[in-house]
Amino acid sequence: MASVLQVNNIEVVYKDVILVLKGMSLEVEEGKIVTILGNNGAGKTTTLKAISGILKSEDGEVTDGSIEFYGERIDEKYPEEIVRKGIFQVMEGRRVVEDMTVEENILAGAHTQRNRKKRKEDMEIVYHYFPRLIERRKVMAGYISGGEQQMLVLGRALMARPKLLLLDEPSMGLSPLLVAEIFEIIQKINREQNVSILLVEQNARLALSVAYHGYVMENGRIVLDDTVEKLMQNEDVKEFYLGLTEVGKKKSYRDVKHYKRRKRWLT
Amino acid sequence: MSENIAFLAQLLLTGLVLGSVYALVALGFVLIYKSTSILNFAQGELLMFGAYICLTLIIELRIPFIYAFFLTLAFSFILAVLLERVILRPMIGEPIISIIMVTIALSAVLRSLIQIAWGTETKVFPRIFSEEPIRFFGLFIAEVHLWSLIFALTCVVLFALFFKFSAAGIAMRVTAFDQQIAQSLGINIKRIFALSWAISAIVSSIGGIILGNINGINNALAAMGLKVFPCVILGGLDSILGAILGGFSIGILENLAGGYLDPVFGGGVKDVAPFVFLVVVLMIKPYGLFGKIRIERL
Repeated sequence: MASVLQVNNIEVVYKDVILVLKGMSLEVEEGKIVTILGNNGAGKTTTLKAISGILKSEDGEVTDGSIEFYGERIDEKYPEEIVRKGIFQVMEGRRVVEDMTVEENILAGAHTQRNRKKRKEDMEIVYHYFPRLIERRKVMAGYISGGEQQMLVLGRALMARPKLLLLDEPSMGLSPLLVAEIFEIIQKINREQNVSILLVEQNARLALSVAYHGYVMENGRIVLDDTVEKLMQNEDVKEFYLGLTEVGKKKSYRDVKHYKRRKRWLT
Repeated sequence: MSENIAFLAQLLLTGLVLGSVYALVALGFVLIYKSTSILNFAQGELLMFGAYICLTLIIELRIPFIYAFFLTLAFSFILAVLLERVILRPMIGEPIISIIMVTIALSAVLRSLIQIAWGTETKVFPRIFSEEPIRFFGLFIAEVHLWSLIFALTCVVLFALFFKFSAAGIAMRVTAFDQQIAQSLGINIKRIFALSWAISAIVSSIGGIILGNINGINNALAAMGLKVFPCVILGGLDSILGAILGGFSIGILENLAGGYLDPVFGGGVKDVAPFVFLVVVLMIKPYGLFGKIRIERL
């Protein structure tokens, strides 16, 4: 399988002193969904920002290692160049432009696409995947519901015709029903538009259910990676990310107090 | 009675003309503030620069007004892009207050340079419009005023369309809302900054040329830069629509104050009124009429 994205042993430093990523590597294969799991502050979002180049505007810097997109180094490039190459980051927290209408938001996603005819076509595609946005097209994006905003930022991303989507916590703050709906659409987009996806999620069960390969991240580096089937069998992942204990055993607070499973990987 | 109404109407009309110029300059000011969060204290100097360049092109180089006008816009564009490139871009990431201080310094430097180059006495534009006032529903309007109004309104409409429909306009609005979102969409925000300065300088110099045609130009023209504060604060610092309406309101207010209160107080009210009004607005509605009130969903 051809790899779309390759992150080789990168080190990221914020404000010249804070070392956030300490030798992070990962790979996304063509047409696949890959997920990064990890607790708060592990460096998942930083990894995405390093790939999309947005890191640079936050006084962060890739100081070591390399990031390659279809074999071409992109870690020195600016975000606007990286978007043009086909990587699009959908940032955490449904970042719609609140004082613009839904349709204007979608159009803004086509900034790198200057051909009006293609823009129109792409807009149809967006409305095809997110029909809910059609009736809201003239409404200010700040006033639509959280689920619709999430659909809007995903739709906006499609307008740039990305080859690789970086999705940061698309399930955050949404009702389970909406989460299911949105993830179904994400999978559809992945299959039908041949867009590879790098997904960062707090909801590990959900992420593992849609992805093909998973990485577990802790303290700025990858501690474990495997296909999702194997990850789901891993005792540590079960204990710390899926909240399961050995089958058949009831989890009791007493046990938790006396015996705490320690992670078997080295951090 | 009907004389009183005619007087009022006349005041409103001249206020509208003056207001249209204010609206243009305020538009330029808000543009820079919105996309870069910089308060540009050199706005008045940009206006003055435009007026002087246009005048020089017409008088010294004998270029017809219409060509001179477009050449002036080109000059303003170049000046603004240079300023942004050389002075303001290196300041990106510095505290906003330092950047504002830089614009204050910039205004002093530009004003002095203009004084060195063109001197301090008032200069008049050659007559382009006829002096014969046009009768208009029993009111008189000077031809130059009429054209100014038409012109300023056209600009305002053009910019409204630009922001609504063009890709660059939408990109500017995204950048104004959130620079990180803009970056994630592939918008080159440095180019947007340069574009904001350029457009701002262009609309200001249009304002300068209009004022020059009405009153002639001298160093006092830079005071227009201060006059935009009441306009933009009334309208809300970050609202383009607000800037335009603010401009018109302040223009009309100034004229009404001049017409009705100046005789009572013996003059001077006209110039003070906008600032008194500014203080009142700040007390009642500190974010202005159209200032950004963050949208909150319930």
